[in-house]
Amino acid sequence: MFEEVGTTDTGDLIINVGPQHPATHGVLHLIITLNGEVIKKVEPHLGYIHRSIEKMCESLSYRQFIYVTSRMDYLSSHINNHGCAMVVEKAMQIEIPPRAQVIRVLMDELTRIASHVLWWGALAMDVGALTPFFHAFRERELINSIMEETCGARLTMNYMVPGGVMFDLHPHFQHRVKEFISEFRSKIDEYDEMVTDNAIFKARTVGVGILSKEDAISFGCSGPTARGSGVSCDIRKLYPYEVYNQLEFEEPLETAGDTYARYLVRMRELRQSLSIVEQLVDNIPEGEFQAKTKAVLKLPKGEFYSRIETARGEFGVFIVSDGGSTPYRIKFRSPGFSNLNTLDQISRGHKIGDLVAIMGSLDLVIPDIDR
Amino acid sequence: MAIANDKIKSLLTEQFGESLTHWEEPYGMLTFTAPRDMNLKVLNFLYDTPELAFRFMTDLTGIHYPDKKGEEFCVVYHLHNLVENVRIRMKIYTAAERPDVYTATGLFSAANWMERETYDFYGINFVGHPDLKRVLNVDEMDYFPMRKEYPLEDQTRVDKDDEMFGR
Repeated sequence: MFEEVGTTDTGDLIINVGPQHPATHGVLHLIITLNGEVIKKVEPHLGYIHRSIEKMCESLSYRQFIYVTSRMDYLSSHINNHGCAMVVEKAMQIEIPPRAQVIRVLMDELTRIASHVLWWGALAMDVGALTPFFHAFRERELINSIMEETCGARLTMNYMVPGGVMFDLHPHFQHRVKEFISEFRSKIDEYDEMVTDNAIFKARTVGVGILSKEDAISFGCSGPTARGSGVSCDIRKLYPYEVYNQLEFEEPLETAGDTYARYLVRMRELRQSLSIVEQLVDNIPEGEFQAKTKAVLKLPKGEFYSRIETARGEFGVFIVSDGGSTPYRIKFRSPGFSNLNTLDQISRGHKIGDLVAIMGSLDLVIPDIDR
Repeated sequence: MAIANDKIKSLLTEQFGESLTHWEEPYGMLTFTAPRDMNLKVLNFLYDTPELAFRFMTDLTGIHYPDKKGEEFCVVYHLHNLVENVRIRMKIYTAAERPDVYTATGLFSAANWMERETYDFYGINFVGHPDLKRVLNVDEMDYFPMRKEYPLEDQTRVDKDDEMFGR
């Protein structure tokens, strides 16, 4: 594919970005057709870290396959595990204890904060501001330490299992989370001061990469990418799972559809997630953290689909079971795959320098797209 | 109030009669099977009818059933009505000798890459797709890896000791 470098008959320049390029945040390869500095076409080439997780899962048991899913969207590994555990519970009609439900939601929202914080730093870095990246990592470290205490891992958590969670919370958990809340509340204001109202940042993002509402629906976008275009698609609101229907939070919506709108949605989601954590941290019910389940899980014959809201959008797990102890077919609907699909559409007509800002605002995690 | 599954079913049977089969409702999601050459008509109807308005394609995927003669490949559509918040699942079956299915790219832009992925893994030929080529695997690959005849590991390898892998 590298022979495509050069000029076309009409004098357009074809260049390659990636697969090894810092602005793609992973191994993504873009072939860009340029007219001067203006983008005429972007063709993403995927699959550089395709591991065929779906094929692998066909030979893993229903307990084992959850661990592989941590390796897809590594920034929301808790939520991936949660989605997979949920589909198994749904199929086997396992009722999970209230304590486990609350722990799961707490972990999900902390993950969402960690993911959005990292994205915030990375987007600012993409448009040329290096300092926010260090601020972002400082706050993410706090969450990572909380996770490490309870789960024993910092990235691939593997904490949620069918029936509940693997271990009980660490005794320090509540205390640490409360410390984090009070610290992080002032940090969000700092983030806003640093980036949100920054004139240079706005000049790079307002009106850039506009995704219309119709396109967002047609392309199957989900998560903050779709919500930036005014599509209400939060699975936590549409199909509440665990304790989300008892919580007070709103779904941030913006209508502009540009890079800045997607930015604002995520910043508002940070506050919402923080408020969810605050509502729950003092109300963790006592009791079991895991329901009693059989050692070997066998799903009944049939098809099961479950969806969950990750930091990037709708993560779906589709299992076809033939009644055995391994799935017959498993399909992961990754949010990034559909969101990246829009890149060509929304970046046409913009300058090549804007492409990194647009890509940054889609919040791509390549292992999630390539699977 | 969301549109009831019975209502969707009656609208669909009114339009297509007996050609839609295998009606099911597992966990509240209406599921049915359409004939292979009618998939686009049904999708069009689901998309355009104002009461239905299934305009969000959540997922499109393939399944391989090597033992079902004449119905080896299944294509599963998951559609979502964002206004009424209703989901629906449609399946079509196609034979392995001629795995041709009409493309849904005219209705859903999302179908573009999802169909490429399904082609990539199962070799299902989406007729009318603007750019049907592999998306995740390398272009030079000459087989379709998710088909059941390809085992996960190379069975001829001798250097992998089962004991080392806990099997």
